[in-house]
Amino acid sequence: MKVNVLAFGIAKDIFGGSTLIIDVPGNKTSDLKAGLEQQFPRLKQLRSYMIAVNNEYAENNRILTEKDEIAIIPPVSGG
Amino acid sequence: MNTQIKISDQPLNIQSCIDWVMMPQSGGIDVFIGTVRDSTKGKKVIRLEFEAYEPMAVKEMEKIAAQAFDKWPVQKLLIHHRTGILEVGEVPVVIAVSCAHRDAAFQACRFVIDTLKQTVPIWKKEIFEDGETWVAAHP
Repeated sequence: MKVNVLAFGIAKDIFGGSTLIIDVPGNKTSDLKAGLEQQFPRLKQLRSYMIAVNNEYAENNRILTEKDEIAIIPPVSGG
Repeated sequence: MNTQIKISDQPLNIQSCIDWVMMPQSGGIDVFIGTVRDSTKGKKVIRLEFEAYEPMAVKEMEKIAAQAFDKWPVQKLLIHHRTGILEVGEVPVVIAVSCAHRDAAFQACRFVIDTLKQTVPIWKKEIFEDGETWVAAHP
């Protein structure tokens, strides 16, 4: 499944842009993470990162669809 | 729930934040003002750059506000966060909370800033003389 991913903070630097289209080997959040980490090993060096689906933090077993707004949330540092 | 939540690339107006939470029933207003510090671990900071995933950041701030209203007798609660380039001494965040009594105002204000730092999708990059880093990105 091809998904469009929004990137922020350091994820933007790692992907080389604020959006990315990636072919995911599966339809779960965990599949997306695996695909991203294979293509961008630097993601694994982060303290942690989350996937957000439609503006909510998503669990690893969340099913993704092509209509979802998906974003990579590296460790936050607001305030 | 009487809240005002805003993300803006314009300078924050601290006085108007305080004025907004003030009610005749208020006995205390607690305000947290985050400011850009000139150094991190002994290194001179030139400026900070803030970036937000705005729709989600607003949603997460609304959740924090709702929790504060659940936990304490809060009258009004305001969260303003700035994005873009900020120089030393500028204000990236203002939290203002009004309550009938000070204990609740102090506690709710602290809860809001502490939780914001943990959950709200906003990122800051520190720009030094010899490089830059996304804060908290790496272990």
